[in-house]
Amino acid sequence: MKILVCISHVPDTTSKINFTDGDTKFDTNGVQFVINPNDEFGLTRAMWFKEKQGASVDVVNVGGPETEPTLRKALAIGADTAIRVNTEAKDGFQVAKNLAQVVSNGGYDLVIAGRESIDYNGGMVPGMLAALLDANFVNNCISLEIDGNAVKAVREIDGGKESVSTTLPLVIGGQKGLVEESDLRIPNMRGIMTARSKPLSVVDAVDASAETASVSFEKPAPKGQVKLVSADNVGELVELLHNDAKVI
Amino acid sequence: MSVLVYTESDKGTFKKIALEVASYAKTVADQLGTTVTAVTINADDTSILGNYGVDKVLQVTNNALDTFNAKAYASVIAQAAENESSKVVIVSSSADSKYLAPILSINLNAGYVPNVVAAPSSTEPFTVKRNTFTNKAFANTAIETEVKLIGLSKNAFGLKENSASAKAEAFSPSIPELGITVESVDKVTGKVTIADAEIVVSGGRGLKGPENWGMIEELADVLGAATACSKPVSDLGWRPHSEHVGQTGKPVAANLYIAVGISGAIQHLAGINASKVKVVINTDPEAPFFKAADYGIVGDAFEVVPQLIEKLKEFKAQQ
Ligand SMILES: Cc1cc2nc3c(=O)[nH]c(=O)nc-3n(C[C@H](O)[C@H](O)[C@H](O)COP(=O)(O)OP(=O)(O)OC[C@H]3O[C@@H](n4cnc5c(N)ncnc54)[C@H](O)[C@@H]3O)c2cc1C
Ligand SMILES: Nc1ncnc2c1ncn2[C@@H]1O[C@H](COP(=O)(O)O)[C@@H](O)[C@H]1O
Repeated sequence: MKILVCISHVPDTTSKINFTDGDTKFDTNGVQFVINPNDEFGLTRAMWFKEKQGASVDVVNVGGPETEPTLRKALAIGADTAIRVNTEAKDGFQVAKNLAQVVSNGGYDLVIAGRESIDYNGGMVPGMLAALLDANFVNNCISLEIDGNAVKAVREIDGGKESVSTTLPLVIGGQKGLVEESDLRIPNMRGIMTARSKPLSVVDAVDASAETASVSFEKPAPKGQVKLVSADNVGELVELLHNDAKVI
Repeated sequence: MSVLVYTESDKGTFKKIALEVASYAKTVADQLGTTVTAVTINADDTSILGNYGVDKVLQVTNNALDTFNAKAYASVIAQAAENESSKVVIVSSSADSKYLAPILSINLNAGYVPNVVAAPSSTEPFTVKRNTFTNKAFANTAIETEVKLIGLSKNAFGLKENSASAKAEAFSPSIPELGITVESVDKVTGKVTIADAEIVVSGGRGLKGPENWGMIEELADVLGAATACSKPVSDLGWRPHSEHVGQTGKPVAANLYIAVGISGAIQHLAGINASKVKVVINTDPEAPFFKAADYGIVGDAFEVVPQLIEKLKEFKAQQ
């Protein structure tokens, strides 16, 4: 089985979000970038298939040279090869178009992406990619088992979960649950050393333009002070929620 | 040319978000000087949509669509959009709609913007405001394709009453091969889900152990709320994973979010910030949650929550 894991390169969860150039660009100054958490779960599941069932695992990112340390980290975790599509990621559609090209050229059976990236939070790429490839697609995937061509998966739904069966070729939008957090791998010294000599190929982008453009960014208005209610006067909170906030 | 809106139902009855997306579609249609058409899948009585500005309903009834299938639903909505020559298509942010929308956007060659929080600020170029960076910012985003697809954030726009005829006609699109078979569904019944809830009561590690959740459930009961928890609480197995909210868990966009014994870590707040009113109950006045909340009580949950339940019961009795 040939597996491709899509890696999105995102600001660490604790990063301060600021904008520059008259609020038109994300300010990457001082921001540390990491593998998107949802993709980390997917990558670890891919490693499981590689070790337990025999599979090759490649990772891919659509982005500029600045994303290479993130791809190297995925190699250090255990991926075999990395591919970087050399273009700035502009929107979900443009990224999906570029990934579709990589999937078709590489003949992958399974594409593991994350349910959403924590920067732009589109939740767009995996579904668009599946539609472009005419592959099956399971979103919010929290469990994945593969036997030959047959797939059993579980997806989270509002208020519960759903078990489904389908077949390869398949794209998933994965999340926590694919593996447990305690099973996530941290690159060790040996992994980091071998990652340096693993292939990272840079390929040209396809001719695809974005369909949407972020024109400007805004930050939410600063919050007012919290209204404190004394623990001896809990009734006042009920009163405030009713008359002031009007939510009960 | 009418604006097309997909109005979701559950067992035949419209969800509240369906009425919210209809209200939003009406506002967009007014901006564009056109009408609103809704597409429904296995919904019973569609007349209520008229109260939220829907002029026409394409009513799809088909047993093959009894269980949700993203590809099939996307195809149905795409056919409805083509039928109406719609240039703007609107869906919600439910898990199902977020699943189908990217597929729909490819089917329609439509630029898609999810998590939209307001009516378009301009229709030429077509520009909408969306949540981004896990609720830490908004992006004003232009859609440059001829057909536009909008995913509306939950609770961002509210309901707007209007009166229109909601003239229903049967619509029979073709159904593609599904590709995916649903084997079983495991859904908590008789409980409000986090996704649908107006009010969410959430507990953190400050509650010390699973045996103390009785009062959280009782508080939720009194308020008709869903229960949720912080990540460590589900990691420790005190509560099911489906209750984990935050950046890596479920997003919450409720009217009221009550956090009990939760410190307010950035990853927790990121996922719940879209809620309108936030209340924190915590023994530590320095807990970061107090900076994010609207109302707070510095106090021991084991004393405050039972009192709050009593006061709410009294309040409900008076209503
Ligand atoms: C990549 C990443 C992703 C993450 N994603 C999420 C996420 O999605 N959701 C999430 O929740 N967390 C997430 N976290 C974890 C997050 O950083 C915090 O560790 C977590 O939210 C803390 O949970 P807590 O507030 O329940 O526990 P604690 O931080 O232990 O806080 C407990 C609080 O309870 C208070 N308390 C104690 N006793 C009482 C009492 N008797 N009455 C009232 N209050 C009391 C304490 O003062 C304290 O403030 C993530 C972390 C990382 C690194
Ligand atoms: N630039 C990118 N390169 C590779 N994969 C990506 C990129 N952007 C998004 N993805 C994948 O698509 C998933 C969902 O991203 P998004 O649609 O941006 O929320 C991510 O978790 C990644 O797996």
